Amino acid sequence: MDLVLPDFGLLFWTALVFSILLILLAKFAWKPILGAVNEREQKITEALELAEKTKTEMKAMQSQNEALIQEARAERDAIVRDAKETATKMVEEAKNGAKLEAEKVMSNARDMINSEKAAAISELKNQVASFSLEIAEKIIRGEMSSDEKQKALAEKMAADVNLN
Amino acid sequence: MYGSIAAIGAGLAVLGAGLGIGRIGGSAMDAIARQPEASGKIQTAMIIAAALIEGVALFGVVVGLLGGNPA
Amino acid sequence: MAWNNVIKTFILSLVALTINSSLWANESAEGAHNEEKPFNVNEMIMHHIKDAHEWHLWGPEHGGTSIYLPILLMDGGLKVFSASHFYHGTPGYATLEKNDEQVSYMIGEGPAAGYAMYHEKIYKLENGELHFHGEHPSGAKPLDLSITKNVVFMFIVALVFLLIMFSTAKHFKKNGAVAPKGIAKFTEPLILFVRDDIAKANIGEKKYKKYVPYLLTIFFFILISNLLGLIPILGANLSGNIAVTLFLAVCTLIVTVLSGNKHYWAHIFATPGVPKALLPIMIPIELVGILTKPFALMVRLFANMTAGHIIILALVSIIFINKSASWGALSVPMALFISVLELLVAFLQAYLFAMLSALFIGAAVDEGHHEEHAHEAH
Repeated sequence: MDLVLPDFGLLFWTALVFSILLILLAKFAWKPILGAVNEREQKITEALELAEKTKTEMKAMQSQNEALIQEARAERDAIVRDAKETATKMVEEAKNGAKLEAEKVMSNARDMINSEKAAAISELKNQVASFSLEIAEKIIRGEMSSDEKQKALAEKMAADVNLN
Repeated sequence: MYGSIAAIGAGLAVLGAGLGIGRIGGSAMDAIARQPEASGKIQTAMIIAAALIEGVALFGVVVGLLGGNPA
Repeated sequence: MAWNNVIKTFILSLVALTINSSLWANESAEGAHNEEKPFNVNEMIMHHIKDAHEWHLWGPEHGGTSIYLPILLMDGGLKVFSASHFYHGTPGYATLEKNDEQVSYMIGEGPAAGYAMYHEKIYKLENGELHFHGEHPSGAKPLDLSITKNVVFMFIVALVFLLIMFSTAKHFKKNGAVAPKGIAKFTEPLILFVRDDIAKANIGEKKYKKYVPYLLTIFFFILISNLLGLIPILGANLSGNIAVTLFLAVCTLIVTVLSGNKHYWAHIFATPGVPKALLPIMIPIELVGILTKPFALMVRLFANMTAGHIIILALVSIIFINKSASWGALSVPMALFISVLELLVAFLQAYLFAMLSALFIGAAVDEGHHEEHAHEAH
């Protein structure tokens, strides 16, 4: 029966030991341990929150970056297009200018040629005229060297006049 | 003579507890099979119920022990 | 690897037991000369699971190697002396009236004069002997505050407990809030288990903080007592002693009653949903219910641990009942199996005690959800 009858002495010592344990542990073990564990859990929660925040921020930044890149790309395209257009325009202008110049040069040349030609022709004409005069003089001189010849000429001219 | 009657008592207590804990275990298995995601909660409840039955059975064992040791 | 270890342990324990039993055989051979009583399993087991004034290490129960512990008696002033004055005192004999059984007790000598010890209990002598009334001596008992085997073991448990927890606390103090290392790696999951799965789960998010130190202390006290108590020779059946479990259960009762709020008391004195006419019956039932819960806690721990010790001892006793080491092949594996089971039970009982304590406290501080449910039900 004394198996189930509590012994007072042991009860007393249990009460003493357990109370001392409870007080000592609550003060010097549970408080620092639970405090440290709580602090660590808080730290972890904060770190996780921070990570989540950073992640969203990163995402926002990424989309922002994307937009920036898009914009830059568009700008670049525009610039390239502009440059291309300008280049074509310049080439075109240059081409046109060259053509005009060439035409101008050519027309000038033509004019010069023409004037030179005209000059040459007139000079040729003059020379031909003088040559002809000289020839004519010589011929006339030859024709007029004898009377007979003067007479024949006169007759011939008279014949020509008659014919007219 | 004390001892043998006490042994019968302890045996009966064990029989009852065995039946009870067996039923709890079986039902818990059923429940876990039906809802595997709730197995943690079911296990806790199972252990509590089994411990309560075991407590009652150990009452029987203690009484059997006292019968065996009438000191 | 684990299986190898199991086999190794098995063989080692078999060898150890064989050696032991051969020693035992020698002694019983000697005992045959001295006409010693045959091996009494019941007596041996009861001796092991009960408290004692000596720490019996090895050898026969009487005359083996023991450490005698100090005895403190409050009987007209404090008297302190060694228990050897009883164990080495003169035996006295008496005959029980009931069944004419002869019993022996030890009459103290020297500073223990005037007292006698019968079944580890100390009585005052009347005219130099003990008078038995029924099965117990009728003499007066002095107030016995002796440092018994269980008290010494409790000191060891407390020391181990303090060492473990203080070194854990030191780790956190030194390193701040970091991941645990060393002993803290072992204790922290258990502490968190008690805090989260026992306290928070059963008491509730809002109020559990106040009770965590109590639950932690009670959990680890029972756990360490249970585990150390399983060690042969070095262990005592502390958590299987009714005085210890009684005190722990009373602690839970006091904590529960002191933290009971108005909903808790309303539940007891005016149970919602119960007709007024039934209250005179319900109130006593509920009041008894307050006491039966810790009572069940007390008996559960006591009976579980005691039963575990009894089963292991009974299985080992098979060898000595049959007086043959070859029975060890049967008894040792069985005792080993039960010992391993007892490791589980050691954890389970500590968990259950703490968890049911938390459950009772949780019911006491509950903010009247039941009434709401009762209203919904109507």
